[in-house]
Amino acid sequence: MTKIDAVHAGYLPLLDSAVLVVAARFGFAEKHGIDLQIHRERSWAAIRDRMSVGHFDCAQMPAPMPIAMSLSHGPLTVETFAPLVLNTGGNAVTLGNDLASAVEDEAPADPSPASMGAALRFAIHRLMERDGRAMRFAVVHRFSCHNYDLRYWLAASGIRPDKDVEITVVPPSLLPEALASGQIDGFSAGEPWNTIAVRSGAGEIVTTKAEIAPLSPEKVLGVSKAMIGERREVLERLIAALLDAAAWCDDPKNHGELSRLLADPRHIAVDSAHLLPGLSGELEIRRGSARIVPNFLTFGRTAGNWPHHGYADWIYRQMLRWGHTVDGPEARAVVAGAFRPDLYAIAVNGRSHGGAMAPRSATSDPYGLFDGGRSDLPTN
Amino acid sequence: MDAETSILVFDENKVRAAIIEAGLREAGHSKVSTVTEILGLVKRIEALQPDVIVVDLENPNRDQLEHFFQVSRSVKKPMAMFVDRSDSNAIREAVEAGVSAYIVDGLKKERVKPILDMAISRFNAFHRLSLELEQARSQLADRKVIDQAKGILMKAKGIGEPEAYRLLQRSAMNENRRIAEVARSLISASRLLGDF
Repeated sequence: MTKIDAVHAGYLPLLDSAVLVVAARFGFAEKHGIDLQIHRERSWAAIRDRMSVGHFDCAQMPAPMPIAMSLSHGPLTVETFAPLVLNTGGNAVTLGNDLASAVEDEAPADPSPASMGAALRFAIHRLMERDGRAMRFAVVHRFSCHNYDLRYWLAASGIRPDKDVEITVVPPSLLPEALASGQIDGFSAGEPWNTIAVRSGAGEIVTTKAEIAPLSPEKVLGVSKAMIGERREVLERLIAALLDAAAWCDDPKNHGELSRLLADPRHIAVDSAHLLPGLSGELEIRRGSARIVPNFLTFGRTAGNWPHHGYADWIYRQMLRWGHTVDGPEARAVVAGAFRPDLYAIAVNGRSHGGAMAPRSATSDPYGLFDGGRSDLPTN
Repeated sequence: MDAETSILVFDENKVRAAIIEAGLREAGHSKVSTVTEILGLVKRIEALQPDVIVVDLENPNRDQLEHFFQVSRSVKKPMAMFVDRSDSNAIREAVEAGVSAYIVDGLKKERVKPILDMAISRFNAFHRLSLELEQARSQLADRKVIDQAKGILMKAKGIGEPEAYRLLQRSAMNENRRIAEVARSLISASRLLGDF
């Protein structure tokens, strides 16, 4: 009888919880001697709190979250590390009907982030003049890719976050309703909430993370200091199990089964038909009209699962850019140690599967940004 | 001194919110307010300027709330989650009870600790109460099912009630199941056979 180690992992009911859920439910964890217990939570704050008291060994997290947690941004300091990227892409920006039709009036040349951003800039200024107020967008968490990708795209398009557009926080499942009722004019969130907003007639998808920053990480595995310190060998097997699950999730022939698993009331608890567009990349951008976004959501297939230091650097630059943190030698040291390619490399050693891509060479633009990173300059 | 600490309870469970508020008032706090939905919460926080905000840990709006604390210029910033970040036992106790609390910087530990302890004990009491209620409900449901199954047996076999109950009991013992489960199977089988 081989030894079985229990690992407790937190997750939020989102499409990109797929890898953790599949590893736990379809036997991938068990194959590596791990009894993976997954726990659904309702906020990132609750995941942080449970990590802090050791209820969870690890959790699904937006890539900036381990950095923010380790930098004490929040009411509780919890040192957390990212030894694995769980997925790339998976988010979209959805606009309310009013703003969406104003964008269409500008007749963007093509659906690229550059063209849509330029149209949005004019649309926003027109509506601001008409309504006499700044536009209001929502993201799901302050320290999230949803926030930083949205801000990057807006700024690169000549729209000033926090000035032309106020950016607030709303829980993902409440976004479609907030958009429909006019509390917000747009949002940046993961699936299935864009699809659900479009299908409920609340708005239109205008661009996606896969087009703004095609190589950027979305969710990572956030791991507690205790697990890294005391159960490193278990962690290595967990990473191997998650990579097996990621490869399974990346295979289109499994997407039907995956959507049915995640649709279950224990997991995301929505109609499985709302999960398929995010998996196939055939997004319903407005009611009854689809656009194919290649590699909209991938689990390692496009950018690999390496937690490059370059990602953490980029995120830190965005945190500084938007005044979300203060620069300093201590903060830099925390950021340099937050992503752990060293742990990933050990776990992945000798494996030959699609999730295990070699590290990319260091570059100032590890995200593959749509404008080549030109907008990534300090603001004055 | 304690009585002047302003406390806001934010809990979407109205019953639990009321129980916590009552507990705090009994303990001598007069400035206690309760909010049960996110709409209007920000305005209440701005108006009340609370020193302590107690929120159920599972509340889905906590990310929004923490964001508000970080950006707002209109309130005292309740940044610390617990009085003493190094007191891991206190933090554990709160998280296990399902309580989170946001505390304005600089508030004295002696003033906050009793408030948190009260919230934690009331959360735990509420949880016990819900469990007991749930148990009472399922016992009642069980009894109904068993009565129905007894009726079926009495009619089918022409036996009395004590005998019918013994039959169910014996069957449950032999199959290592609960009597209510055996009763449920009997009812569905009897429905299938159409003699119900």
